[in-house]
Amino acid sequence: MISGEWRPLWLLLAGCFLGFSVSVQAQTDDDGFRAIVAEFGDANFREKESIVERLIDTGHASAGTVLTALLEERFFFRQEDQQAFIVESTDESLSVYALVDPVSLEDAGSVEPNQLSRVITNNRLRRFLRITIARFTLSSPDADIRVDAVKQMLRSLDAASIELLRDRSAEETDSTVLYEIDTALALAALDGDDVGARIAAVNTLADRLSPVVYNRLSALLERDEDGRFIEGDDDVRLAAAETVRRIDTARNFYSVIETAFFGLSLGSVLALVAIGLTITFGVMGVINLAHGELLMLGAYTTYVVQLAMPDHIDVSILVAIPAAFIVAGTAGVLIERTIIRFLYGRPLETLLATFGVSLVLQQFVRSVFSANNRPVVTPSWMSGTLQFNEAFSLTYNRLYIVLFALIVFAILLVILKRTRLGLDIRAVSQNRLMARAMGVRSEWVDAMTFGLGAGIAGVAGVALSQLTNVGPNLGQSYIIDSFLVVVFGGVGNIWGTLIGGMSLGIITKVLEPFAGAVLGKILVLVGVILFIQRRPRGLFPQTGRAAEGV
Amino acid sequence: MKTGTRGDLSALFSDRASLSFLALLAGVAFVVPVLNVAVPETSPLHLSSYVVGLIGKYLCYAILALAVDLIWGFCGILSLGHAVFFALGGYAMGMYLMRQIGTRGVYGHSVLPDFMVFLNWTELPWFWYGFDRFWFALVMVALVPAALAFVFGWLAFRSRVTGVYLSIMTQALSYALLLAFFRNDMGFGGNNGFTDFKDLLGFDLQSDSTRSALLAATAATLAASYGACWMIVGSRAGRVFRSIRDAESRTRFLGYRVESYKLWLFVFSAVLAGVAGALYVPQVGIINPSEFEPINSIEVVIWVSVGGRGTLYGAAAGAILVNYLKTYFTAALPDLWLYALGAIFIGVTLFLPRGLAGLVPAANRVE
Repeated sequence: MISGEWRPLWLLLAGCFLGFSVSVQAQTDDDGFRAIVAEFGDANFREKESIVERLIDTGHASAGTVLTALLEERFFFRQEDQQAFIVESTDESLSVYALVDPVSLEDAGSVEPNQLSRVITNNRLRRFLRITIARFTLSSPDADIRVDAVKQMLRSLDAASIELLRDRSAEETDSTVLYEIDTALALAALDGDDVGARIAAVNTLADRLSPVVYNRLSALLERDEDGRFIEGDDDVRLAAAETVRRIDTARNFYSVIETAFFGLSLGSVLALVAIGLTITFGVMGVINLAHGELLMLGAYTTYVVQLAMPDHIDVSILVAIPAAFIVAGTAGVLIERTIIRFLYGRPLETLLATFGVSLVLQQFVRSVFSANNRPVVTPSWMSGTLQFNEAFSLTYNRLYIVLFALIVFAILLVILKRTRLGLDIRAVSQNRLMARAMGVRSEWVDAMTFGLGAGIAGVAGVALSQLTNVGPNLGQSYIIDSFLVVVFGGVGNIWGTLIGGMSLGIITKVLEPFAGAVLGKILVLVGVILFIQRRPRGLFPQTGRAAEGV
Repeated sequence: MKTGTRGDLSALFSDRASLSFLALLAGVAFVVPVLNVAVPETSPLHLSSYVVGLIGKYLCYAILALAVDLIWGFCGILSLGHAVFFALGGYAMGMYLMRQIGTRGVYGHSVLPDFMVFLNWTELPWFWYGFDRFWFALVMVALVPAALAFVFGWLAFRSRVTGVYLSIMTQALSYALLLAFFRNDMGFGGNNGFTDFKDLLGFDLQSDSTRSALLAATAATLAASYGACWMIVGSRAGRVFRSIRDAESRTRFLGYRVESYKLWLFVFSAVLAGVAGALYVPQVGIINPSEFEPINSIEVVIWVSVGGRGTLYGAAAGAILVNYLKTYFTAALPDLWLYALGAIFIGVTLFLPRGLAGLVPAANRVE
């Protein structure tokens, strides 16, 4: 039997494929198909089998869906007019069933459950349906569909499907499909009587990471209530124990990699939101409490860009990146020119003034966009997962965040190390007076630095718009994290920020499974507080004269 | 400068600004309860209980502002986490008030507060023991903030964590405690905190006379805190604090143990904040983790800078003024409140670096 949990998925897959495979054949007319479907109404089980075969033979695009519905007992006749319908869901909580026409697959209204009579299936018919659907799926020209079909089948193997797979393995050429078929056949062989074949099967399964395999092999090691092993044969059990140990090792290995990757992606977000701050903080000694709101401006820019180009969501994010840089950067230069430049040398006062700015910006966003969160669509190329094997997959959006953070970091590095502006920025941050004496326009550098830091905050905001809610409070939820990263890494050091962000990200993700998300966060905060006692200037302290007092 | 006699309480009464502040305070402590309790409700002079509660709240904030001004204005320690000590004091008082509810709670349990019954706890956690006694709660109001301030300050000042680093660490501290107090299994009521208090020392918290008495007690505490801060600021140690503020390294080179001075001032300031929180909770009738919000601590700093950093009356007046404006704006023009508040901070830092107290003639200023 197919286990209840997986059945819908499997059938959906099969249904899709059937629909696809038959649609390329010559179209038969809908009326003929409808007539065959109508025959289900008063057929016995044996007749239903032949109706199923004839339905497949029509090659009609809806055949797969109808058979899937039949198998899932979602195929009904309406009592008043004896019309056949597919019901989308027969969940008990529903008071009316939504109907779908079995030929056009279009919505056909809804009706109360007691107005319908179900087309009944028995075990034999269901087995027949399952094998029919599986056979067609397995002969798909698309190897990916075949792999998925085998993977679904091996969750619940019966004699017929084993037979089907064995036949298929003879003619199968794709190595991935063969690998999965081998898994399925080995699982089947475990249930046999021949000890040699069973041990060989266990050994075949040694490099499989699928949970199905793992659970099946673990079951071989269990004991009954009296403490005796359920599995009678010692050799099989020993081989299984060894295999389970190896699979465990592999799964642990992948889970470590996965945790590291989660940590890296969180760390990238942290580094991304903090990197703008470290520039303004380090170069100008300015605590910019409005930094979070600059992130927020970037996120809202993404939203506005999407509104402006609703038909091109996939590219909108690429447009949003420079747009957010310009919007937030302009805001940054304005803040610097109108407020911060009057407060140099008074870092604590700057903190208050920029806090005022952050309140104004928050309210501004509330007035313009309302206090509710705005929906930002994720482009299609950023959704989905990159599946390496059964135990290890990466989601694309996390992957892109890591890449994006690294790119932003690299660009920033180039600006700071290879451009005239970067040279000026470094000169001013190391010794403002000396830089001025050498003819650097420190005021201009300040404005540009602040603009650069703010612009990067805006760019980080674009990334955040893909991860969290875009609302007026977005900035506040990141400001403390940003400051922690900066302080942890060492003020004014962008390498420190990158490494600090990544470390905090990984530490957080390592702690999470043991301590839970909230306690993990608390531990990280306390850890940073204690760390600062040991190294009051962060991981990578600024050296030189600038290190005297911030 | 009249430094010779400063530190002596009698000198406090020769300082005109301080004297007017204290006189005003005494007036409020006397007049407001009278207008509330003795004047009939029909009279235009009658003050509603709501207003009494508001004024009491402002006075608590003024004590908190004093605490922040003491370390920031006079010792250069910018704590962006003083709301933590305020909230801890408030929680200690809240625990006493919760125990006072007794069987009058929704579940009617004689020992356990409602939220513990709700969480299916069967006995009181150890850290709740003793909070049924008022004196114990009072000790804890001071002791818990003091202990936290001592540990944090000892670690931070000894390692010479200063300036913005210290400010950010205090923010991190308040954020960590915010998250911690949101957890139900901490035993402090999770995100609902404590509320539905019934009485304090047997007096009904809903009655006008209790509220007036609390207001008077708050005013008295504010006056006493003011006096204490005045003495500290004017003492010999006060001069060391100011020299630490202005040139920490030089003070150290002169042979003063900078970290000890800072630590004790920080602890005292935390106790003051805790006391303010303890007076605040019975007057507003609720305490929950939102009091730990990092933004609250920043707001306190803003009151101080609006009023005038480095002047005690300025800090207290700033707290009252900003909070009055907040009450007014959030009711009258809710959309404009944040604009107004933001504009106040920007404007004050840009144009009034000494705060409103900077408008007071220099002769009367305590520097």
